[in-house]
Formats: sequence, structure tokens, C-alpha cells
Amino acid sequence: MPAKVITITSGKGGVGKTTAVANLAVALALDGSKVVCIDGDIGLRNLDVILGLENRIVYDIVDVIEGRCRLKQAMIRDKKLPGLYLIPAAQTRDKNAVSPSDMNRLIKELRADHDFVLIDSPAGIERGFRNAIAAADRVLVVTNPEVSAVRDADRVIGILEAEEKGPAALILNRLNPSLVRNGDMLSPEDVLDLLAIELIGIVPEDENVIISSNRGAPVAFDQKSRAGQAFRNIAKRLKGETVPFMSLDHQNGLWGRIQRLAGRK
Amino acid sequence: MNEMSSLIQIKGLRDGLLVSLDDAPWDAQRAALIAQVDAQPSFFQGARLALDVASQVLHVNELVDLRDQLSERGISLWAVISESPTTENTAQLLGLATRISKPRPEETRQFSVENLGEETALFLNRTLRSGTRIEFAGHVVVLGDVNPGAEIVADGNVMVWGRLRGAVHAGAKGNRKAMVCALDLSPMQLRIADEVSSALKPGGNPKPERALINGDGKLQTEFWLAG
Repeated sequence: MPAKVITITSGKGGVGKTTAVANLAVALALDGSKVVCIDGDIGLRNLDVILGLENRIVYDIVDVIEGRCRLKQAMIRDKKLPGLYLIPAAQTRDKNAVSPSDMNRLIKELRADHDFVLIDSPAGIERGFRNAIAAADRVLVVTNPEVSAVRDADRVIGILEAEEKGPAALILNRLNPSLVRNGDMLSPEDVLDLLAIELIGIVPEDENVIISSNRGAPVAFDQKSRAGQAFRNIAKRLKGETVPFMSLDHQNGLWGRIQRLAGRK
Repeated sequence: MNEMSSLIQIKGLRDGLLVSLDDAPWDAQRAALIAQVDAQPSFFQGARLALDVASQVLHVNELVDLRDQLSERGISLWAVISESPTTENTAQLLGLATRISKPRPEETRQFSVENLGEETALFLNRTLRSGTRIEFAGHVVVLGDVNPGAEIVADGNVMVWGRLRGAVHAGAKGNRKAMVCALDLSPMQLRIADEVSSALKPGGNPKPERALINGDGKLQTEFWLAG
């Protein structure tokens, strides 16, 4: 079966696109899929760092496009997961080094041998974003429960609709249930009310995400992390499985119980 | 011929031809365009041509070359449309237009209507998302929401069958009798003629509401009462 090409984008920067790509790629590969992820953020590459593959980069996507190497040579195999590959971005070039038709050609070549191609879009709605969505079968929009992030997500969804990229799905990242309960953070309902698209997952705020990103081992490997669980659930939904949404009020572990006893939550 | 037509697209406009190129290498595209022209000289003879070069970065010498090649064939290049600021600059340097009336998708839309009757309305059956700007020389009716970051500028009234949370300007040419109504009137900014009011009210329990300029010349909102 030819690969499904999924682009992860957001409009606003820093909402967790790259983290989402890394975790979804790991979760899909853990589940036995053959996954290749492409870092579309040329000039500001990060995905290699989060996946812990930075020191293995020899060739990058611009080398492939400009014919300095074959596609296979630029595909870096993950340390732990044999089914996971990364095509890194170039660090020393800018987004104009790649065009939407280059992306289409590249992805056509990848489709045959993989189950999923995940593309990490840069922030913004310019060339890099256009490159990233050019070949997408499906687009996931990542946002945080913040007014500015939701505003940008709305704009991006509008562009995707105008480009007829099909209905986008939403990942609501870094939700803090206790802030929502106190009315200090936009709730998932508020966000969905405005954006009016399908929700594919809610990822709770979890400090393990940062810790594991810094270690180069995405949190989806961590069976205990709630954020990791959320990403694994999204991966299952991408495969067409029906997975119930996690309860956000559920408090895990000893610390949660102490906090509840102390009346703090 | 087939290979060429995959590179370039030609469309008739009211006032000439629009040729759209994609991001393939410039030299190939230019060659394809010239070849196309040479294949059907009578079709192109005397044409006014606008060129959409997508995001190609073009410099003066490249555009001058093309313009000369076209003019040798009796075609006048009058506009170059591009996503690249460099190319736009180049075009402006050469005295070429950088806009034609073709609306870009999802960007600012300016609708124009011949013989505008007083009661002409633009009906939009969709939600206007952030970044959308609608300008219309008449009334605007939206069946959907107007999200924060979207804008409507109308010479007449604005009516939103949904939540109005973006910016809206009714009576933009100075009609103080214009009004704005919405099922949930919570705009970021509301203007009628030259009166401005920002963030009318926080959400809560929305009711159909309308805004107008009252007898004292102030912006005022009132709930919509049946009968």
C-alpha cells in the first residue's frame, strides 16, 4: 500500500510541531509501520536533534534535490527503531532552495516503500509552508490553548481550505487541565468552537516532553508519560483505529494524590 | 507540446492573456513559453500578456530578455505577478504592473459589481477565518462565523448569521445609516461610517443583536426583538 503523506503545521512557531512529528513518527514505528519523516524547516533544522540523530547527518534534503546524493543516502535510520527514517533539512541554506514541485517529486519516490511520510512544516505561511503542504494527503494542525496560537491555526486552516487540501485535523498540544478547570486557559471546547475542525488528539502539558526532547529520545518511547500516551493514541487514530480520548482529570501517581489530599487540585 | 503545456498555463482575461508558470527552472519555462508563442503566432500577435511566475526569483536582465523576446513577436508584457518580493521589485523597476484583478486565493478579496443598485448584497455561505478580508460596495451577508482576525468592509450593511468575532466596517464610504447585525455580536472592532467601537462586550449568553448609529450620533447596540 502506498504511503500516507501527513504534514504537521501550525502557523505560529513554538507550539510543538517538531515534537509532534518526532513523537508520531516514533509511535507509528513502535507500532510496526515503516515511517520516514522529513524536516521541512530548511535553515532552522530541529527534528534531527529531537530524534537524537544529529551526529549522523551526512547528506540533507537539499543535497537530494540538487542531485549531490541519492535519496537513500540522505535517509538516516533511527538508532532503536529499524522502521524509522529521517530526511534532515539543510542548515546552511534557506527555504527557497526547495520548491513545491521538488517536494512532490521527492515524496513520489518515498511513497512506494513506506507506510507513512511525516513532514514537519516550518512556522509561518510562506514558501517553507507551501513546500510542506504541497504533497500532503492529510494535514494536522498543531495549536496550543492560547489565543495567538489559535488565531494562527485559524489562518492556516483557511489557507488549507482555499488550497483544497481536504479537511485538516487538530492536535491540541500542551493543555494544562488544572488551568482549564480554573478558567485560566482556553478549554478544548473553546478552541474547537472557533476552529470547527476534527480533533485528533489532546496532548497534556508534561515536563517529560522537554526532558526527553533534550535527550534525543521522544516521549512516545516512555510508557508512563501521559503526553507519550497521547501521541501513541494519535498515531493509532492515524492508522484508522478508534481510540477513546484520555480523561484529562485523571491524576496519576503519588504526587497527584498528595496534591488532591492537600486540596491543591 | 505536451511537455510545454505541463510547464505553462495560458488563460484569457478580459484585457489580455494570463500565463502562469510554475517553479521549474526559469530557462526551461522561458523557452517553453517562446516555443508556444512561435507555434501559434496568430493567436498571440498583438496580445497583452500578464505573467504569473509563482515564486521564481527573477532579476532585471532575465525579465528584460523575456520582454524583448516577446516584443519581437508582437506581444506586450505588461504585468508580472510573483510571490517573491525580489521579482516584484524587478517588475516595478521595469515599469511593469505587479497586480492584475485576479484575486489570490484566501487573500484580500475585492468584489466589484457593474451597475451597482443600492440593494446589491454579497452572500457568503461559509465561515470567514483569520486573515480573510472581504471588501464589497454593497451589503454583505455571511452565513457562518466571522472569526477573530477576519475583516469585512462593506459600503452597506453587514449581517452575520453566526458569530461575529472579527472586525467589521459597515457604511465604509460614510453611510451613517448602515448597520451591523449578528446572531452573536462580539466583534473585535466595529465601525459604522466613521464611528469606531472596540470589543463591544465579553461573550456570555449570545442573543441576536444589531449595532447602529443612534440619534445622538453615537454607536449603539440593541438586542433584536421580534415584532
